[in-house]
Amino acid sequence: MQPQALEDPFVPDIYRVEKVRRELADAVTLELEPQSGTRPDFRPGQFNMLYAFGVGEVAISMSASARLGAGFVHTVRNAGAVSGALARLEPGATLGVRGPFGTGWPVPEAEGRDVLIVAGGLGLAPLRPAIQDVLAHRERYGRVTILVGCRSPHDILYQHDLEEWRQRLDVTVEVTVDHAGTDWHGDVGFVTTLIPRSPFDPDNAVAMVCGPEVMMRFAASALLKAGVPASAIHLSMERNMKCAIGLCGHCQFGPKFVCKDGPVFPLDRISGLLAVQEI
Amino acid sequence: MQDSKADVTRVVIDTKGLQCLLEALAQAGYRVVGPTVRDEAIVYDDIAGIESLPVGWTDRQEAGRYALERRGDDACFGYVVGPHSWKKFLFPPVETLWTARRDEAGAMAVSRPEPSQGPFAFIGMRACEIEAIAIQDRVFEQGPYTDTAYAARRSDAFIVALNCGQAGGTCFCVSMDTGPKAKHGFDLALTEMIDGPSHRFLVEVGSEAGARIMVQVPHEQASAGQVEMAEAIVERTAGQMGRSLDTQGLKELLQDNPEHPRWDDVAMRCLTCANCTMVCPTCFCSTVEDHSDLTNTEAQRVRKWDSCFTMDYSYIHGGSVRASTASRYRQWMTHKLANWIDQFGTSGCVGCGRCITWCPVGIDLTEEAAAIRAAPGEKGSG
Amino acid sequence: METMDQILAKQAFFADFPAAFADLIAGCASNCHFKAGEYLLREGDPADRFFLLREGKVALEIAAPARAPVVLTTLKEGQIVGVSWLTAPYRAEFDARAMEPVRAIAIDAKCLRGKCEADHHLGYEMMKRFLPLVVERLHATRMQILDVYGQR
Repeated sequence: MQPQALEDPFVPDIYRVEKVRRELADAVTLELEPQSGTRPDFRPGQFNMLYAFGVGEVAISMSASARLGAGFVHTVRNAGAVSGALARLEPGATLGVRGPFGTGWPVPEAEGRDVLIVAGGLGLAPLRPAIQDVLAHRERYGRVTILVGCRSPHDILYQHDLEEWRQRLDVTVEVTVDHAGTDWHGDVGFVTTLIPRSPFDPDNAVAMVCGPEVMMRFAASALLKAGVPASAIHLSMERNMKCAIGLCGHCQFGPKFVCKDGPVFPLDRISGLLAVQEI
Repeated sequence: MQDSKADVTRVVIDTKGLQCLLEALAQAGYRVVGPTVRDEAIVYDDIAGIESLPVGWTDRQEAGRYALERRGDDACFGYVVGPHSWKKFLFPPVETLWTARRDEAGAMAVSRPEPSQGPFAFIGMRACEIEAIAIQDRVFEQGPYTDTAYAARRSDAFIVALNCGQAGGTCFCVSMDTGPKAKHGFDLALTEMIDGPSHRFLVEVGSEAGARIMVQVPHEQASAGQVEMAEAIVERTAGQMGRSLDTQGLKELLQDNPEHPRWDDVAMRCLTCANCTMVCPTCFCSTVEDHSDLTNTEAQRVRKWDSCFTMDYSYIHGGSVRASTASRYRQWMTHKLANWIDQFGTSGCVGCGRCITWCPVGIDLTEEAAAIRAAPGEKGSG
Repeated sequence: METMDQILAKQAFFADFPAAFADLIAGCASNCHFKAGEYLLREGDPADRFFLLREGKVALEIAAPARAPVVLTTLKEGQIVGVSWLTAPYRAEFDARAMEPVRAIAIDAKCLRGKCEADHHLGYEMMKRFLPLVVERLHATRMQILDVYGQR
């Protein structure tokens, strides 16, 4: 966390859209550059508040590693007024950015251990910087497994990256979809079914899980069943976020603030809360 | 800020002295706000002088009930607390955070508004209210990020505390160890003493700024008898608490009972009207609204008080996390009395009783906590 | 050349299986191969065999008129194809199509049912292996039905 006591944490910095890439029917990736000054450093798993002029702000995780460019990369799904406005931005447009906020994935902590990435749907976006950082220092890690689940073959994010990672001999990549026809030659089934068949040493593995909360709950229970301790399972939680700095109360998850205590939590710190409905 | 008794200067003023104090503060450039009668309640607003105060009025409070009554004397502060708290000045209900402008080329620039209110002089702040501000300080100033506008209003404020001469029917500051006597956090602290025709205030000076103002106010040194009398008043008040809350192990009790049937029980009564959160002096939740003008060249971001009792509060893509009344009441009370301790190192409750008084159906959190304590570990059918 | 006992013993599905029971199963088992596109099972056929996959991928499908078949799940090495042999009336519920060349151990279900009936200890050991499988697939199917990644 970078305390910004001297600056005004409510005021966004201005960024310019450099590039827009359509990822899925309802999702685009924006590459942003600061209008002046330099982009602050950040860790995989952290997020920014992106402001669309006159419409509002929304929390979006960084979806490319800080080591890969001088700007921010965000994959945005058109899911509401603000994200819709962001997804419609064109190169050259300006937007407001506050951040980086929150905790990151335990990428340095995973050195020397097997790494298991479990992504559901757009959950691959916040995990991509972690994958990129692990692969940048591949020799520091044990076995690396990337499990991706999504709705259908049309909803697979970052196909180009997945293909590139799959071609490496030192990474296992499995993609499974929930719904498919016979023209799909890949796997069909829920992503958690891939966990028991994946190569990792449960006593010496770090799991990073991101996706819809239901998917994360079931992934967590499959990982626990496989013998991975709760402290080594990390989830990225989603709650309503307005201020991102712990002042507005919205993102409370029991005693935690998702914005500053999370969004990435080790399972042992939130397992009691995950079990409670409407918390 | 001075804490120990030995350092505190004690003087006595009369009602003329009080008027003089209000004038001195106004002359020093403060916006003087204090209690006044409006809309059949004692509220906090700008006051012109002693005549603005609720002289001769008191309030009668019970769960879901609040009524003003005439007193038998001319006490200036002879009531307890009303529906307002001072947070509306330090943390305004509606505040423009910034304005963004976009030029023809589409380039955006953002500017903060100039601070417009204050500095404030708060007249008649109760001990529980001082504690409430200290709690909001932890939220807005003492975390990793600071609300700079709040911090500016806060550091400029002059606080005239008032030690309570009576407790209300819903008060429980003694349980929360937040009153009825102001121990710190004030510039001046008054105890109102009426004895027949004698109407005086014992004044404790709590800061340099307080001492500087008192130079302009006619006063005399307090006698031992006057100090004793003031102490007796506060002691009597402490014995009058209308409510009590057992805080022993309360955090664990609530955190361990998220599925207690009592949440469903209270949900049968709760209207999710959010009154409790609006009157609470520590509730800090806010939302933001974004507006733009018709030409779409100027946009504002406005912060407004929000409440965990609304559906929108917990909205994430697809719906609200806390859709049921039970989950929203549980969120509020568990946050206030338990999770707050994990988050900010203190309870979020100061025992002022406002949430009990202003609940339209008279839900009483001390009673709800006691009910869970009476049967811990029960699980609801749901 | 491996014996069927040795082949079965290597399968995680039969891990910790008592040796005597392994012999009983081996007596009902045979090796088989399928070309890509061939069906291991057809919906409605008698469930008189089930398969333990050794290589290749199999799709469980359901066909509906006027639309393309829907793939419900895919199964790979080490996984079981066919659970309907356990419950009457012993008919396959789905089509099981080889998506690529498949090598499997086919187990004669009639033979094994008879042995389970004769020796309830064996029957219980089989249930202990099949029930978790059925439950796991049920859970996964529920997740798929939930459509958790979809726009609500």
